[in-house]
Amino acid sequence: MSSAPVIEFENVTKVYPLPAGDVIALDRVSLTIDEGEFVAIMGPSGSGKSTLLNQVGSLDVPTSGNVFIAGRNIGEMDDRELTNLRLNKIGYIFQKFNLIPLLTAYENVEYPYILKHRNQDDSGRVSNFLSMVGIDSDFALHKPPELSGGQQQRVSIARALVNNPKILLCDEPTGNLDSKTGHQIMDIIAGLNRKGMTVIMVTHDPAIASFASRTITLEDGRVT
Amino acid sequence: MIIKDIIFQLSVRSIRLHFLRSVLAALGIVIGVVAIATMGMMGANMTLSVTEELSEMGNILVVTPYPVGGGRMMGLHGGGGSSSGNDDEFLSESQFNDIERIAAKYGTVYAVHSESDTIEIGSKTGRATIYGLDTSVIPDILPLQDGAYPKSTSSVVVGPTLAERFDLKTGSKIDIGDPDEGDSTTVRVVGILEERGMSMDLNTDSAIIGSEKLFSGMFGGEGEYNQVNVVLDDINDAEAVSTEITDQLNRKEEEVTVQDSSRMLESITSTLGTMTTFVMAIAGISLLVAAVSIFNVMMMSVTERIREIGILRSIGTQRLEVRKMFIYEAAILGFIGATIGALLSVAIGYVIVLAMVGSTDFFFSPGSIVYVPFAMLVGVIICVISGVYPAWRASNLDPIEALRSE
Repeated sequence: MSSAPVIEFENVTKVYPLPAGDVIALDRVSLTIDEGEFVAIMGPSGSGKSTLLNQVGSLDVPTSGNVFIAGRNIGEMDDRELTNLRLNKIGYIFQKFNLIPLLTAYENVEYPYILKHRNQDDSGRVSNFLSMVGIDSDFALHKPPELSGGQQQRVSIARALVNNPKILLCDEPTGNLDSKTGHQIMDIIAGLNRKGMTVIMVTHDPAIASFASRTITLEDGRVT
Repeated sequence: MIIKDIIFQLSVRSIRLHFLRSVLAALGIVIGVVAIATMGMMGANMTLSVTEELSEMGNILVVTPYPVGGGRMMGLHGGGGSSSGNDDEFLSESQFNDIERIAAKYGTVYAVHSESDTIEIGSKTGRATIYGLDTSVIPDILPLQDGAYPKSTSSVVVGPTLAERFDLKTGSKIDIGDPDEGDSTTVRVVGILEERGMSMDLNTDSAIIGSEKLFSGMFGGEGEYNQVNVVLDDINDAEAVSTEITDQLNRKEEEVTVQDSSRMLESITSTLGTMTTFVMAIAGISLLVAAVSIFNVMMMSVTERIREIGILRSIGTQRLEVRKMFIYEAAILGFIGATIGALLSVAIGYVIVLAMVGSTDFFFSPGSIVYVPFAMLVGVIICVISGVYPAWRASNLDPIEALRSE
């Protein structure tokens, strides 16, 4: 099911300079992920999984080498362009859900939509995504602390999808959920992939990784 | 529409979430705005009421004989109210004509005789200033409260203070001069003047005003004037006329002194202005304290919301928008504080102006009430400035670091 690469790493090194000495989080990593792939990134703690995900999520740029996201080299982009890339091309799902506590579930989903369209959603898109992930209109009016972990993660999936991204990044999406809820969430993510969404997921749970069609394992900043 | 702006909504909700803290921070702004507005209004009201008092006579030039021997004070009341019949200083008919020739085209010129003498009304006796004026001029310069202007040599008008003191009404009779010496003259009151207050030209409140003929009949002194007053049509001519009179009449030697109130007004206004600025600067310190408290609250808000900022940034919020969010927050605090402050300062300012200035005639005049929006604006601006650094800090957080924070 592969087509054009949507993510390309060329010899990517990421060094964090620390007082105790430089930490090499990614060491000459080269990889390609095609559109529509479901890739799990595994590896022990400190192996560079999160660093790699942050590069794909254009939250960070490499120290050396090139990272291409949807055809664009993120190392050559300024903060404004990187932010726009995150807004338009990337959906992010976090282990800790990371919903905005001041906004209701509905508003959390609507937030990126407003940022992108400079207008409130009157097309029903926000509500559609919420019902697609199983949040009914009552719960949509609740603020995140009033929702269960599973519900929060569902809301965060709807939020990640609302701007029609090319890539869905999942950072331990089931890490804070019980296994039953975790599987429900994974069913949603796998379903999105079946519809053509490129999914990159960091996990250290092999059962969760088995949802992916390919697994990339990192160790000490290198792909093994 | 700013209200629908999601970033603005986040600011509003953050303030609501920390309501008490926000109220306390805004309280500082309230106090600062009240202090600045009140002090400003107090100064403005003082200046305005003094200006009004003085500019009522700002168009009047008082020409008096140049003092010989230097013993006479030429202050504010030097020419008018005091009895100056105890010396030989008079303006002559020809000097009056010179002044009239120069100043007539700029306004009304009239000569003033004045003398102080004993008066007797029924059984009461006392002293009063008696003015002798051209009867045709009196209606132009002295507004009447009751009755009519004097036409004959036996009729006079009196000032309200004198009228009250001696219970004078139109028709009352006054004996001027010492009856024991047999030279008293009986006059009839035909009108009561309006109150004029202290003034440079004529102090009529406790005086008797009659015709020149009546005056010279009692005291002599025809063609000898204690002062000549010029009532200008345009206050802006004051300096030119004053200069022309002194140039012409004092050509050979100092013969006359011309006084006008503009210089005094200038100096009083400038003193009050300096005082107001000084007091407002002290009041400004309270705004500075408020700014520190706003800054503190904003820094707390940033620190507490680091993670939220990380989330916002990671899902596509621009730095500028994060900055806006905190600037809005500071501006909302400032606006609420400043609005409450403005409302309070109208009430508190009114009471303080009433207590300190004694009159609120000018309270709602533009020169005074302008301090309310002024202080409000200063309050809001100070708040926004206090929010700049916290907002800048928030917007420059590394999203990855921010997301990691608990």
